[in-house]
Amino acid sequence: MTTLTVRDWLLAEVPHSKTQARCQRIFISWLAFKRNPVAMIGLLIIISLIAVALLAPWITASDALELDLANRLQPPGSEHWLGTDELGRDILDRIIWGSRITLYIVGLVSIIVVPIGLVIGIVAGYIGGWVDTFLMRLTDIFLAFPRLILAMALVAALGPGLENAVLAIALTTWSPFARIARAEALTIRNSDFILAARMQGVSTAGILSRHVAPLCMSSVIVRLTLDMAGIILTAAGLGFLGLGAQPPTPEWGAMISLGRQYLIDQWWVPTMPGIAILVVSLGFNLLGDGLRDVFDPKSGG
Amino acid sequence: MASAEAVGPGLVLPPKLVKVTGVIASLILTFIGLTAITFTIGRVMPADPVLAIVGDRASQEVYDQVFFQLGLDQPIYVQYFKYLGQLLQGDLGTSIMTAQPVAEDILRFFPATLELATVATLLGVFVGIPMGVLAAVNQGRWIDHVVRIIGLIGYSAPIFWLGMIAILIFYFKLDWVAGPGRLDVFYDSIVDPVSGILILDAALAGEWDIFHNAIAHLILPASILGTFALAYIARMTRSFMLDQLSQEYILTARVKGIPEWRVIWGHAFRNVLVQLITIIGLTYASLLEGSVLTETIFSWPGIGLYITNSLFNNDMNAVLGGTIVVGVCFVGINMLSDLLYKLVDPRVR
Amino acid sequence: MKRIKIMLLGFAAALMLVTGASQAATPKNTFVLAKDIADIITMDPAEVFELTTGEIIANIYDRIMMFEPEDLQSLVGGVAESWEVSKDGKTITFKVRSGLKFHSGNPVRAEDVAWSLQRVVKLNKTPAFIVTQFGWSADNVDSLVKATDDSHVQITITEEFSPGLVLNALSAGIASVVDKELVMSHEKDGDLGYEWLKSNSAGSGAFSLKTWKANEIVTLQANAGYRHGKPGMERIIFRHVAEPSSQRLLLEKGDIDMARNLTPDQVKGISGNSDIAVDGHPKGTIVYMAANAGHPILGKQEVVQAMRHLVDYDSMANSFLAGQFVVHQAFWPAGLWGALETIPYKQDIAKAKSLMASAGHADGFELTIHTLTNSPFPEIAQSVQANLAKGGIKANIVTLEGKTLWPKYRAREHDIILARWSPDYVDPHSNADAFANNPDNRFEAKKTGHLTWRNAWSDDASNKLAIMARNELDLDKRKQQYLELQAMLQKKGPFVIMFQQNEQVARRKNIKGFVSGSNFDLVFYRNVTKQ
Repeated sequence: MTTLTVRDWLLAEVPHSKTQARCQRIFISWLAFKRNPVAMIGLLIIISLIAVALLAPWITASDALELDLANRLQPPGSEHWLGTDELGRDILDRIIWGSRITLYIVGLVSIIVVPIGLVIGIVAGYIGGWVDTFLMRLTDIFLAFPRLILAMALVAALGPGLENAVLAIALTTWSPFARIARAEALTIRNSDFILAARMQGVSTAGILSRHVAPLCMSSVIVRLTLDMAGIILTAAGLGFLGLGAQPPTPEWGAMISLGRQYLIDQWWVPTMPGIAILVVSLGFNLLGDGLRDVFDPKSGG
Repeated sequence: MASAEAVGPGLVLPPKLVKVTGVIASLILTFIGLTAITFTIGRVMPADPVLAIVGDRASQEVYDQVFFQLGLDQPIYVQYFKYLGQLLQGDLGTSIMTAQPVAEDILRFFPATLELATVATLLGVFVGIPMGVLAAVNQGRWIDHVVRIIGLIGYSAPIFWLGMIAILIFYFKLDWVAGPGRLDVFYDSIVDPVSGILILDAALAGEWDIFHNAIAHLILPASILGTFALAYIARMTRSFMLDQLSQEYILTARVKGIPEWRVIWGHAFRNVLVQLITIIGLTYASLLEGSVLTETIFSWPGIGLYITNSLFNNDMNAVLGGTIVVGVCFVGINMLSDLLYKLVDPRVR
Repeated sequence: MKRIKIMLLGFAAALMLVTGASQAATPKNTFVLAKDIADIITMDPAEVFELTTGEIIANIYDRIMMFEPEDLQSLVGGVAESWEVSKDGKTITFKVRSGLKFHSGNPVRAEDVAWSLQRVVKLNKTPAFIVTQFGWSADNVDSLVKATDDSHVQITITEEFSPGLVLNALSAGIASVVDKELVMSHEKDGDLGYEWLKSNSAGSGAFSLKTWKANEIVTLQANAGYRHGKPGMERIIFRHVAEPSSQRLLLEKGDIDMARNLTPDQVKGISGNSDIAVDGHPKGTIVYMAANAGHPILGKQEVVQAMRHLVDYDSMANSFLAGQFVVHQAFWPAGLWGALETIPYKQDIAKAKSLMASAGHADGFELTIHTLTNSPFPEIAQSVQANLAKGGIKANIVTLEGKTLWPKYRAREHDIILARWSPDYVDPHSNADAFANNPDNRFEAKKTGHLTWRNAWSDDASNKLAIMARNELDLDKRKQQYLELQAMLQKKGPFVIMFQQNEQVARRKNIKGFVSGSNFDLVFYRNVTKQ
């Protein structure tokens, strides 16, 4: 027996197991992805975001909640790299802690939106008929709402707060995913292996979960990453309007809102959090573009 | 799908009729869903609509008086149907904030948003399309990268932040544009609101001072809002053009000796134009909603600001009215774009 | 490529052409000020109670009694030239000034004066309580308030009230004298002109209402025939600008003449601008915290007392509140007759801790502070949060818009509310009734006008003293009683009173004559001039 390296195993012509096939697919996609420098930058940004968020307690000098009224509104300098805000807190620290909130929002919205959109979409697409019509009507109604306005109304009704903002964003974002999942399900619905599974007596639920869903995943994931920036911007918008995280939570949108009045003389207070949002948003857009190029190069761009 | 559809036992209708009724039925359902959801949200609000009218200092007696006046004691579905009934007659209720009928308020505020969204879209179109074409034609070279970067930044920046900084730089420091607001106050109420669109009305009335002032106020918010449109349109134009430019007929045209600019604009772009129309429609629709934050930053008295203020004042009639109007426009424009796309693209059937 | 360059150049050129025309200066005869006017919802003086509208109608309508900009401390007759109080103190007869005219040209008669008050009682809107507390109701007001002849109005009260209080109350917005003939000509379905007066004016004051576009603009037109003489400015324009930072931008560029809502940091920021001056106007608005006495822990007096010792008043007043709020710890604002100006509390953590311990909560507890979303409330809340933490109290903050906050407060659903309060009329009873008097503490009684009730607190000694002072005929005795009542409230009850507002108004240096007194509606525009 010859000893194989991991790389050889991943590039073997014929996979010997399902696991190997899966790993191979991921690896080959990764190689395609790597070739795109812009997408790599996106990935780098996102990885940095996650790293910063995880390492927050160790890389920050304070917990960013402690007031220091004597030190208000200090300009960027050696002691506070990005300056201090209106209550004396270090802005860089607050941005770092705020990254956790950004990830929290992004993560929570994804966990809510993907399952809901996926389930509704594939059920509608696969089963068809009245179920399809009803579910698509529902999707259309939510799509008909201007996203930010619906989110605002929901948060205003539920009460301001981070979790409510997340819920509102999720409720306004799931529709496109249902549509994508449905479109995929429609195409796959009549393919041979589905028919084979049905003849084997696999239940509808089984077919949906084991065969249809995995195939829809990649488009959904790509769409999710592309939408991520929009989600972050919507969350920042809600925070800016005072409808998101409450003080003293260092949510970036809220930081801009509370710092806005200092723009003229202490420009760093509202500007720095905005740059953070810009960078993270950019990262997700680049990543999404890269993923889409790999999985669906036809749609171009 | 295209053949006569069986709609019920023994009932077969011509396909066109079914399609049209289908569309209308779905519109009505969407409309009902929209109003029902908005209405419910409104009634669930913790902000008190009665207090919005009588204020915090009111005694319980005064409070109760208004409570019954507003019909708030009735079950929610009764309230909803009453509302729906009034809505179908064109009565959107009265706004607490302005003491005027909501329908009148919306007629007053909507043109401002229309003005903003239209100019922003025009900017997006006239700057974005050339940018996109340029990038596609020079794919891989520096100009392509520049366009992509500008596009990405326009796409990724929080619009309220961008607007804030733009005001600081272009109004405050550089004095290139006028400040927040739609018009200098002392010009208020001089021009007759014929169309509601200030620059049009001012031009029609020959009031050139006001015209200049209006443009000076319009240009910055339209540019900021337009950045988003521009980014999206440039990006899509680029991808469509790339798609076209890789096709056979382009090669043939070049081989035939047709000048390059003709190839790009006369052939490739022509085919892209139709797809772009639907993109522009979608952009316009999304700008209607995107204006909310821009109007907040620039104190632009449009429907976005109206809805936002109404929300914070718990002026439910105004929020409902505004959301429904925007929602209807949104659906309308999206539907039109969808229709145009279906008409044009034979693959989607 | 060349085409693109040409297009860009053309675009830039067009831009230059267009934007060069942005004029900055405001016209000579128009005074433009920026203020957040989103609180305006009606222009009817029988209904108005908001801050902005209060000052607007003060300039549109003359009232029965008034404070004038030339001497803000003295109560004088407005439409009333003189008055006589009966021996039992329950009837006052006013003589109406002769020769006064409304903006419509109609003469101001005793009938208008009486009708205006009757109208307030009959419509029974929010501010009506200021006069209905005298015992007036829709049934009896026509006989208790009447014009005895063309130039005399007689009012009779049925409750025990000091006539000094009654006269003070008649300087409030509800005592605006309204043009009966004009308003009744627009009456609909017996509404006493309510619908029409919401967005129109019918007064005899220095200005008339020209336009009101909600959340946009209010324009006032000068009344050339005003009894004190023609106002200095032909037009006054209130421009709605919600953000203080925008107000600052506009002011510095000269697009407006005055900014009313600048924050202390912005005031500091414009201190270098030689075209702008900042004036301080002490106001009657108080910032306070109220602890719900229905809460098992907050109901304990030692806990509230501990909180009074935990708050670091000075450090807030000297940093982000500097210039706009001063430390004040009694319920009647300093500068007004009857105010207690002693400041008994400073931050004393040791004392606070021992109080907490004696209350049995040495380990502290958790609570929520509800407050408003606009500055400086979030900042004060965060400071207080940090202060309370030193005593072991863990506070969570929730910021809400007023319209969402007040229902909670009125339903006793809070732990701590951090809010502000300004007097409805310039008499100590206005605040005493809110802070010290609780006529009925049961939840069903819904005495939401009383802050005591909202915080589920009722104290016999406090109630008694408040009513006694209300009725006291001797002015010196009355003043003493109010001082005593305020001192009492500093040691017991659910309130931690912290600051009093000092409104900082920024104006272009060429603006003179703007007067702003301590009550929210004592703001006068008739003497404003522009050099």
